[in-house]
This record gives sequence, C-alpha cells and structure tokens, in this order.
Amino acid sequence: MFDFSIITTWIDNLLRSFMPEWLTVVTECVLIGFVLLLAYSLLALFYIYFERKVCAAFQCRIGPNRVGPWGLLQSVADMFKILIKELISLKYTDKFLFALAPYLVILASMLTFAVLPWGNGLQIINFNIGIFFLIAVSSIGVLGILLAGWSSNNKFTLIGAMRSGAQMVSYELSIGLSVLTMVAFAGTMNIVEIVEAQDRLWFIFSGHLPALIAFVIYMIAGTAETNRGPFDLPEAESELTAGYHTEYSGIHFGFFYLAEYLNLFVVSGVATLLFFGGWMPLHFPGWDGFNEIMNYIPSIVWFIGKAVALSFIIIWFKWTFPRLRIDQMLSLEWKYLLPINLFNLVLMVLVIAYGWFI
Amino acid sequence: MAQIQDTIAKLFPEATFEQDDTLLVNIPDAKWHQLATQLKENSELAFDFLVTIVGMDWKDKMGCIYYLTSTTHNHHVSVKVTTDNREEPVLHSVSDLWAIAGMFEREVYDFFGIVFVGNNDLRRLFLSVDWNGFPLRKDYDENPALNPVSTDNERQTDFSTAYYENAEGKVERRVVRVFEPDDFVVNIGPQHPATHGVLRFRTAVDGETIKKIDVYMGYIHRGIEKICEKLTYPQTLHFMDRLDYFSAHPYHHCLCMTIEQAAGIEVSRRVQVIRVLMDELSRIASHCLFIGTYCMDLGATTMLFYTLRVREQILDIMEKTCGARMTFNYECIGGVMQDLAPDFVDDVKALLAVIPKNIKEYNKIFTGNVIAKNRLEGVGYLSKEDAISWSVSGPSGRGSGWACDVRKTNPYSIYSELEFDEVVRHEGDSMARFKVRMDEIVQSARIIEQLIDNIPEGEICAKVPKVLKLPVGRWFRTVEGCRGTFGVYLESDGATSPYRLKIAPPCLPLASVVDHITRGSKIADLITIGGSLDYIVPDMDR
Repeated sequence: MFDFSIITTWIDNLLRSFMPEWLTVVTECVLIGFVLLLAYSLLALFYIYFERKVCAAFQCRIGPNRVGPWGLLQSVADMFKILIKELISLKYTDKFLFALAPYLVILASMLTFAVLPWGNGLQIINFNIGIFFLIAVSSIGVLGILLAGWSSNNKFTLIGAMRSGAQMVSYELSIGLSVLTMVAFAGTMNIVEIVEAQDRLWFIFSGHLPALIAFVIYMIAGTAETNRGPFDLPEAESELTAGYHTEYSGIHFGFFYLAEYLNLFVVSGVATLLFFGGWMPLHFPGWDGFNEIMNYIPSIVWFIGKAVALSFIIIWFKWTFPRLRIDQMLSLEWKYLLPINLFNLVLMVLVIAYGWFI
Repeated sequence: MAQIQDTIAKLFPEATFEQDDTLLVNIPDAKWHQLATQLKENSELAFDFLVTIVGMDWKDKMGCIYYLTSTTHNHHVSVKVTTDNREEPVLHSVSDLWAIAGMFEREVYDFFGIVFVGNNDLRRLFLSVDWNGFPLRKDYDENPALNPVSTDNERQTDFSTAYYENAEGKVERRVVRVFEPDDFVVNIGPQHPATHGVLRFRTAVDGETIKKIDVYMGYIHRGIEKICEKLTYPQTLHFMDRLDYFSAHPYHHCLCMTIEQAAGIEVSRRVQVIRVLMDELSRIASHCLFIGTYCMDLGATTMLFYTLRVREQILDIMEKTCGARMTFNYECIGGVMQDLAPDFVDDVKALLAVIPKNIKEYNKIFTGNVIAKNRLEGVGYLSKEDAISWSVSGPSGRGSGWACDVRKTNPYSIYSELEFDEVVRHEGDSMARFKVRMDEIVQSARIIEQLIDNIPEGEICAKVPKVLKLPVGRWFRTVEGCRGTFGVYLESDGATSPYRLKIAPPCLPLASVVDHITRGSKIADLITIGGSLDYIVPDMDR
C-alpha cells in the first residue's frame, strides 16, 4: 500500500530546508487550504452531476447531456452561473447575520474535511480526538442555518430554521451515539488508528450485529443531519418554498447548496471511516492472495469510491421516499432511534467484553 | 316531484310552483329560512346537498335560485327567492344550514351585491376589496376608469362584515375580524408550489399547528360568466376548457348537453360514445396527474415521472384526434368537431394494456410505503355529513363514504348502459381520497374497454342552425367532472346569447372546506389535505 506520508514528509523537509519554522507552517497551511478548497469545489461539482444523473436514471430521464460530453460540464456551467449572480440585499434583514450565516454553514462542512482519512498517510491533521473534533465542528452548521432563518426576517425561513434546529439537535444525538458505539469498538478516537484497526477486517463485518445496527442508525441520522429527503423538512419546497435559504441569492445561496452536497460526502465519508475501513482495502483474514490484489488499488480510490457508494444510497432514499412530518420525524428520533441506539451501545459493550467479535 | 310539491304546499301555502327540468319553488324571502330548514330537516324531503346558488338579476327583480339535492332520496328541487329592492337587495342567509352556503353567498354578494342576513363573513370572494360595482348586474357600468388597474401593492383587509337583524327586524352591519390581533399569520400562496395555482391561504399558526385558514381566491378570476353573456352559444363553449383544464371534455360535454337539451337537438350514438370515451380518458389523465403531483408535494418526486408517463400517452391520443394536448376544443353543439383519428382504437388499446402494470407499480412505490401511510392515514378526516354539508363531491366526497357519482345517481349520455362500479371508501382521510382516485382509474379503463370495440358508425355532428337561438327558459345540468359534480345553469331570454350562464364548479367547495379540515393539524398536513382534495384554481375562480 503506497504511503502518502512519504510525499508529505518530503515536501515538509523541502520547505524546512530553506525556510524558517514559522514560514514553513504558514506555507503549509496555505497549501493545504488551497488543496482543500480545490477538492471541495471539485467534489461539489462531481456530486451535483452525480445526483442529477442518478435521479434522472430513477425517473426514466436522461439527465444533463447538453453541456460538454455526457453533460459533464453542466455543473461547471451551473456553478459559473451562481458565481455571476447578483447578491440581492434585502430591506429589514439583519445584514451582518444574514451575510455571516452561509459562511458558518460552509465553514462547518469544510472543517470536517480536516479529519477525513483520504488515503494512507493523507489526512490534514492527525490527533487523538479526531472523531470528537468531527462531531464538534459539524454542529456549527446548525448555528448557520438558525441564523439564516432568523436574520432573513421572513416567516417561512423562520419556520424552516426552527424545524432545522429541532431536527439537527435531535439527530446529532443519534449520530453521536452510533459513533460512540464504533469508537468503543475501535478503542480509540484517533482517525488513523481507527482505520488501521480495520486492516484485518472492516468493522461492519467484525462488529457484526451491533455494528450493523449502528450503521443503519447512522445512515438514517446522517440523512437527517444533512437535511436531505426524506428528512428535508427545513427546506420542504412544497411547504416552505425553500425553507431557511428562501431569501438568499447568488453565491450565498450557492454556499448552502454546496454545503448540502458536501455534507452528503462528509456523512458518507465518516460512515466509510467507521464501518468500511476508511481508505483500507477490502481484506478478509486468511485470503492473502485476495488481500494482496486489493492492495494494488490506491487507498484514495478506496476511500472516495466507498464514500460515493454510500452517498448513492442516501440519494436513493431521497428520490424514493416521501417526506416525513415534523412530529413524526422527532418521534422517530426520540422514541425509536435513541432507545435502540442506547441498547445497541450496551450490546456493543457486551460484544467487546466477551470478545464475541470476529 | 308531485309529492315534494304537496309536502311543501302543505307547510307553506304562500309558495308557488313552476315545473322546468326540476321543480321550482317560489317563496318570499321572509319565509325562506323556514322553508330551508324544512327542506333540510324534514325526513321526507331531506335536501342535504346544496349544489349551487345561482345569483340572478331579472332587471325588475334580483334574487337567487338554490339548487338542492337529497342524497338519501335522490330527488331534486330548486327554490327561487327574490327581492324588488335593487338599491339594497337583502335576502336571508342559509349558511347555518349548509356549511358551503356561506361561500356561495359570498360569490353572489360579490357579483350582484345581494346582502345575506345571517352570514357571518360576507366579503367579496373573487374581486378585490375596493372594486366598484357588482359586475353581473345588468346595469353594471363597465367603464374602465371606474376600476383602474392598480400598480400599487394589493389592497387587502383583515376585516369582514356580518349582517344581522336587530330586535326591531332592521338589518344592521357589524365588522368582524378575520384573525385575532396576535395571530401569527403565514401567507401560503398566491405564489407557492403547493397551492397548485394562484390560490392564497392566509394561515394563522401556533408553532407548526394551524389555528385558522382564510382562503383567498380570485387571482385568476376572468369573469367567464360575465363574458359568456355577450357571446353566442357556440362561443361560450370555448371557455369550458379554461375552467378545470384537466376536465375539458366532461365540462364541454355538460354545456353541450344543456344547450342541446334546450334547443332540442338529438345527437347520434357515435357522438355519445366518443364523448364518453373522451370523458373517461381525461379522467384517467387527470387522476394520473393528481397521483404524481400529490406524491411530489409529499416529497416523493420520482412518482411524478411514473404517472406522467401514462398521462403522456393519453395526451398523445388526444392530440391526434383533438389537435391539442390541453384545453381541448373538441365537443361542439350537436356532436364533435372532427372524427376520431384513424389509429385511435389501437392507441387506446395500447394504453389499456399498460394501465394495470402501472397501477401496480404506483402501489408498490407509494401506497404501501410506511412514510406515505404515516403521512396520509388519519390525516384530514372529513365525515360524510361534513362532506355533504360542504358539497365536497367527486372523488374527495367518495373518500368520505358519500356515493355522489353523477354517472350513477343521475346517469347522463350512455352511462346507464355501461358496467362500472362507483368507488366509495369510508375512512374519510387523505389516504381514502388518494385510493379512490387510484381505483377510479381502473373503473374508467373498464368503461373504455367496453366501448372501444363498439364505436358505432354515424354522423359526428348533428345539423345545427347557423344562428342558434334558444327558447325562453332555464336549464340546469350536472355531470361528473374529474374532480366532482360540475353544473351548468343556463337561462335564455330567446336571444342568440345566454341571459345568464352560471357555472357551478366542484373546486370551489373543495377549497372552501380546507379551513374546516385543517384546523389543529400541522402545516405539513395542509399540503397533504389540500393535495388530497385536488382543487384546480381556475375552476373555482372562473
């Protein structure tokens, strides 16, 4: 398995050889920021295209096929259109908060990129509370959404923001608990260690029943956390026109739009990390030849491939199911997912304590 | 008929009777409310379904004709109440007896300025609050300077008026509030994806719970009834497809039958079969569109494409024969405009072959889905009594257990010879209304199956005089549109254009009942309920 840390260490050493310590750090930060932004926008472009094509297939349509070969440039054109649109400033809004909100939302989703296991030796920061950091920063997003709804001074956005607040705060519990279950199984919060612990077998297989339950709950809660269908109540277009981002235009709207897609990637990325071994290739104990072949596929392909496959499932939900109602959604969380999750945590503890895992 | 006349004559000696296509009772306004109470509550009469209120201006008098039907005895009566006072016409309201009467009276007030004593919410219904004059009066001044096009914000008011009789019997006016001063009112519409057109719900909410809805109509009011008074009979037909644009065929059918009946024109068997085929094809298309858009409103966007696939096939069939994909001008007085396209029969058979497969698919994707069940079952309950009182006819009424299919209760054209079941469900919730439509597609397909191989030869249009004049008289006919009982009232003074053409649309009651059903539900349920009623805004606004 190619270790990307060889390249990163080489760059680090190269920079250190002719730069003082502080300048090296600054340069690296700028470089990483640049790469991150690039990855972010490229992924967003890909996801927009991907979702449109997938949903077209579900709906017996062709999807974008005019701009560029197979419509590949369609999302580039869309992005360009959003960039050149006017930022309409509205009367009677809280100007500062109104402008701040989209940045908070996009900041939250971008920060989570820092701890995703992109490949072998390819993550931005590696520290011992990686998962904790991830949960913490992804919660900032809800603040942005609440601010957006409130500062727009519009009844629809306010209702959308309130729904979103209730929804995200509730479902964060489920996400937290299912992540906790897997952290307990891995015995560490460090992202790298979690991935390496799955070298023998992915957690979804080795943790069998409790891991499976945790995975299902994580996927449901993750869909709710990203405000996607069937949990897209905050922006239910048939009820609230566009929910909390009704009043936004231009790139500010684009930020919400991008953040939604990127959160989709983040949620599937974290699911990949916790259940499907992050960048770890598919290994089965005893199948050495198979494992060897799997190792030939680069780790970054493994990670992005798995994340996209999981995103496909979430997209599939969205285009199949009708939307839930706010009370049904909250009762699903508090009456079903949360108790099951707590029970599952106990089950996982038993599995660990008695060594029932594979 | 005679029995009804006897019963009424015994109770009200002052009543006089006329016999048109229905029995017409003349009653002075002072006795009207008493008569109405008897009509509704006397078990021999039991007229519980108010089909429509026709406002009339006879130049010397003004007044209303009430068309009533009994759902238990299936008999009909009409009552004529008049007033001589043109300056301040006042009649008694019956909004306490039939829930929908309040809305119908608002319409009459809007067009004729007749004040209804006892109606607690008498505002204009379609025209803007500061409109000058009452357009359907015969002495209405059409000078555009009186009602200039406003470029300001829309004028509106939070107040309504109620008229009541004080102790001395004098009519007094009182201002009533539509909403409480501290209500949080959300405007759902007029530009809103879920209202299916420019309809506006002023919704008072408490958190996510709905306290009251004020339905605000008239954004696409085109004054079709007024326009028709200046057109010749064949010309009036062309407005029927601008009402409920999905039931263009049944609506044309209704007006054609009314005019043909009045003029004494016989249509051939071939024409009748073609008309019924077209009616049923539009019913399938309309219900398919309903299922698709309804699921889309609930967030299941993909269903829309699956249902539109079938609808597309029907539109192709229509296009070949009628030359249009919407607003079909196909039926004409005496027959139809042109003969069926050569491959009509093959196309329809191809359609019939795919329908069962598609219905199965819809049920698999949506009807059985647990989220869909949670969203629909038990939501928006409408009891049978309320459905009748609010005149909620059509599939929505049949979802509440009210067997109100005009094709069965008062068969017209060749429906009495055809074999099909009336779909009635008793749950009364949104799911029942949804399933009724699903099953009606199957029944319509059954009707088409019976006819498609037996289209008789014959002329496609009877001989109709170039200048059509109807004899003096009045006619009222109803048909089963795609959304409910559609009625046309036609009064002729012997000229080439109607003296009054009143359209009784099914969608006005459907929209009016929204407030009644949604109280205490969530905002999301408003979409579920409104969607399940399936109103079409141009139909109610006319």
